[in-house]
Amino acid sequence: MNTSEFDDVMVEFITESRENLDELDTALVTLEQHPDPGVIAKIFRAVHTIKGTSGFLGLRTLESVTHIGENLLSKMRDGEMPVTQANTTGLLGMADAVRAILDNVEATGSEGSETYPALIEQLSRLNSGEAPAAAAPAPAAAPEPPTPSAATAKAATEAKPAKAKSTRRKAAPEPVVEITDAPTPRRRTAKAGSPVAEASVTQLKPRRVKVNPPAKKVEEPETIEEEPARIGEQLVERGLATETQVDEAVLLQKQGDPRHLGELLVEQGVVKSNDVVEVLKTQAEERPASNESIRVDVGLLDDLMNLVGELVLARNQILQFNASFFDPSFSATSQRLNLITSELQEGVMKTRMQPIDNIWNKFPRIVRDLSLSCGKNARLEMEGKHTEVDKTLLEAIKDPLTHLIRNAIDHGLETPEVRMATGKPAEGTVRLSAYHEGGQVIIEIADDGAGIDANVIRRKAVQKGMMTADDAATRPDRDIVNVIFQPGFSTAEQVSNISGRGVGMDVVKTNIEAIGGSVDVQTVIGRGTTFKVKIPLTLAIIPALLVNAGGERYAIPQVSLVELVRLDGESATTGIESVQGAPVHRLRGKLLPLVFLNEVFGTPPSPSDDAVNIVVVQSDDTQFGLVVDDISDTAEIVVKPLGRLLKGASGFAGATIMGDGKVALILDLLGVSQLAGVSSTSAARAQAEANANRSFEVTNDHESILIVGIGDRRFALQLAHVTRLEELPVAAVRTAGDHRVIHYRDQILPLVTLADRLGVYSQSANDQNLQVLVCGAGERSVGLIVDSVFDIVDERLEYSDRTETYGVMGTTVIGGEVTDVLDIRAFVAQDVLAAAEVAA
Amino acid sequence: MSTVTQSPTPGGTVAARSTVNLCTFRLHEFMIGIDVTLVQEVLNRQDATRIPLVSDVVQGLINLRGEIVTTIDLRRRLGLPLRTPDDPCMNVVIRTADGPVALAVDTIGDVIDADESLFEFPPPTLSGPHREFVTGVFKLDESLLLLIDLDRVLDPSTIKIKTEVPA
Repeated sequence: MNTSEFDDVMVEFITESRENLDELDTALVTLEQHPDPGVIAKIFRAVHTIKGTSGFLGLRTLESVTHIGENLLSKMRDGEMPVTQANTTGLLGMADAVRAILDNVEATGSEGSETYPALIEQLSRLNSGEAPAAAAPAPAAAPEPPTPSAATAKAATEAKPAKAKSTRRKAAPEPVVEITDAPTPRRRTAKAGSPVAEASVTQLKPRRVKVNPPAKKVEEPETIEEEPARIGEQLVERGLATETQVDEAVLLQKQGDPRHLGELLVEQGVVKSNDVVEVLKTQAEERPASNESIRVDVGLLDDLMNLVGELVLARNQILQFNASFFDPSFSATSQRLNLITSELQEGVMKTRMQPIDNIWNKFPRIVRDLSLSCGKNARLEMEGKHTEVDKTLLEAIKDPLTHLIRNAIDHGLETPEVRMATGKPAEGTVRLSAYHEGGQVIIEIADDGAGIDANVIRRKAVQKGMMTADDAATRPDRDIVNVIFQPGFSTAEQVSNISGRGVGMDVVKTNIEAIGGSVDVQTVIGRGTTFKVKIPLTLAIIPALLVNAGGERYAIPQVSLVELVRLDGESATTGIESVQGAPVHRLRGKLLPLVFLNEVFGTPPSPSDDAVNIVVVQSDDTQFGLVVDDISDTAEIVVKPLGRLLKGASGFAGATIMGDGKVALILDLLGVSQLAGVSSTSAARAQAEANANRSFEVTNDHESILIVGIGDRRFALQLAHVTRLEELPVAAVRTAGDHRVIHYRDQILPLVTLADRLGVYSQSANDQNLQVLVCGAGERSVGLIVDSVFDIVDERLEYSDRTETYGVMGTTVIGGEVTDVLDIRAFVAQDVLAAAEVAA
Repeated sequence: MSTVTQSPTPGGTVAARSTVNLCTFRLHEFMIGIDVTLVQEVLNRQDATRIPLVSDVVQGLINLRGEIVTTIDLRRRLGLPLRTPDDPCMNVVIRTADGPVALAVDTIGDVIDADESLFEFPPPTLSGPHREFVTGVFKLDESLLLLIDLDRVLDPSTIKIKTEVPA
């Protein structure tokens, strides 16, 4: 027996047991709320598996702890004991002990010196002293002899085919046996085929330890090896046979009796044949139907992901090459490569995705324990358990989420008395929900507690010297509430072991931001607090916007992107104003602070083409406009870290390799905003405030309205109907039949000149290009020609409909100007509109 | 020579063997050597992506078969006159514990077996590269070969990363 094989067994046991324990916690908490025999049976099986395997792996403490827990569970299962809080607490304590032992085993290879006498005592008391006949007496709580781990474990592993339930999948061990010096006789193992095997068997006390089959049998089919243990165990478990009887029968088998254990027992009159059949049936049911999933090393998946990243880069390079190389077959091949790569990328990404439930399943337990220790009554609701998140991200948000939940119970919820007094149900609710939105995962932790009182925060902040009294008084509530995310801030009157040490929320925020996420808090006094955590779906490959500044390319992660604004012609100069020396742009009436990337980076300004490109981005709670030389394209980029040498460089989140093989830096907008000093300006804060209001309004049935100019009139239409805004060359327009068409994105796009249809005299400013609103998608699209595109605004579209004009639904005032509301259905077929809405 | 054996530098520039295997390259008017086992590969001139707000010593980032590698301008790092655009430039990629780093040098030379008896500590009058980076000199027949301490050259704490906004 080599050690690595033993290690494999042990590692697998630890992994499986941990999974079982996680289920156990959840199941126990569920059980407390809804006693259900099915759930008890599930818990029982989990504990039983751990106990069984630990026994033959020589983990004595683990065995004794689980054994006594199992006894309690079996009584609960048989209805002899009720499901009480005390019982559940005891069992949860057992689960913790098991975890601690497993951690110890993993770290040091042995169980450690702790034997959990108090826990065993507690469980024994719960067991109320009397054990049913079939169950073995509880092992003494006295310390086990120190485990001579290597030797015993080796010996124990010999026993694997006989005993192992959870490790059964493993190959049979090599028939090599060593004589060991284990301190207890029952641990002694013999040389292959030697009569010592029998001798040691007879010395066995009728305990849970199974008889080791002689090693010569190992080479025989495994099913026979397993059966004595399995069926014997089951029979003992059901109280149909005693262990002595089973052991005797097994001994007979060893002495050469070819019959199965069941047959032997039936013959001896120990059990009825019906019982054996039934046990065999359950045995078959318990076996997993088939192994649909396999365990894969995470490191391997990471390697695979890296390779796919490389492939994506190579693909991008080939596609770029293809653009300048006209060969149909090469083109077809590269298209195919493109498709396969995308699918592969998606597939590999999926392997790393795990349901968020993998971390959520720990929370019911946390909520239960916490609410008990805080004297609060809390219920946890979970929605969107199956939302999938990249594994590394999942790990990263585990602690922040746990902290938020603790906070919700410790700080958020009131005590039942207070709740009753304010007319709320005594039981508080903590609600977890997760969903995907715009390429991000949103996790909300909402409590219906007292909410955060901005004035309390103000007082605390001033008291702690975090801000001046004047500052505190003038800053809006929303701003003040965010102070909880600052280091050193805690409102808990007393430091408890749960929270209140003031190291919490800032760590939560830092950790979440470290993975490219954000956390936001909304609170209503007396109604509760909601934390909204946004995290990216994955970190490895992200969509980004590529921009140019100072002759270099930069990638801006699309999650921070709000919109793109281009000021040309006259507005290039008039569009940029100055507030106390800080450049701003009036975007739909709100002041947007501007950051010139060239200035921040000290790179030479571009030869001006008299247009200003503004990338409106959101970083933290600040929105600002990043002025760049040029906006080139969007691309899927593979994020690569900057080396150690560049750790001190701020403003960059990493680098990526572009289609042409060059390296481009990925902007860290938080860093950029700090470099530019935007993040703390009053303008930014005002903007953040305005945004908060705006996003609130948007949810109140405001919509994006596109304003276009035709002739001397302004027309408004819903942006949702328009797929893209395009500038297409007049020269490319062809006449096909009665229609004007244009070759656009490999499609024939029919064009409709709105000026003609509306009977307005067109005064297009540019003779070279047409401003086209493309409605619909793919083959079902139509291009509407307008004279100019003015703006996109978020407004509630209200209009008077006292108009008879064809194609006009009514008239409204937007931005102080009279605007006709275009009836797009007059020009575009209904199905095209539907397609556009789907595409949008 | 006993002093040499007592001060093997972590960069592995000198070891107490009878000969030392060194990769040599030319930088300005100097011949410089580094332990050949630290050299991963040598590349021709690469267009590096400049990193704003970072010391000039960092020439930029290059793509080495999908891996992003930082290039250090060794002339700047050692305080030598800057190379003109017409000067030749090659990259020596060094293995470090934190992944590869490229050194921009002028031209690459031979890999030589330098006899340890030819080693000497840098003379106090040494001019040229910053003394702090030079650990010793090999008196070769045709020229002097300077040994540099790569750990010190690549120590991030001594490469100032600029973060202030230019006025």
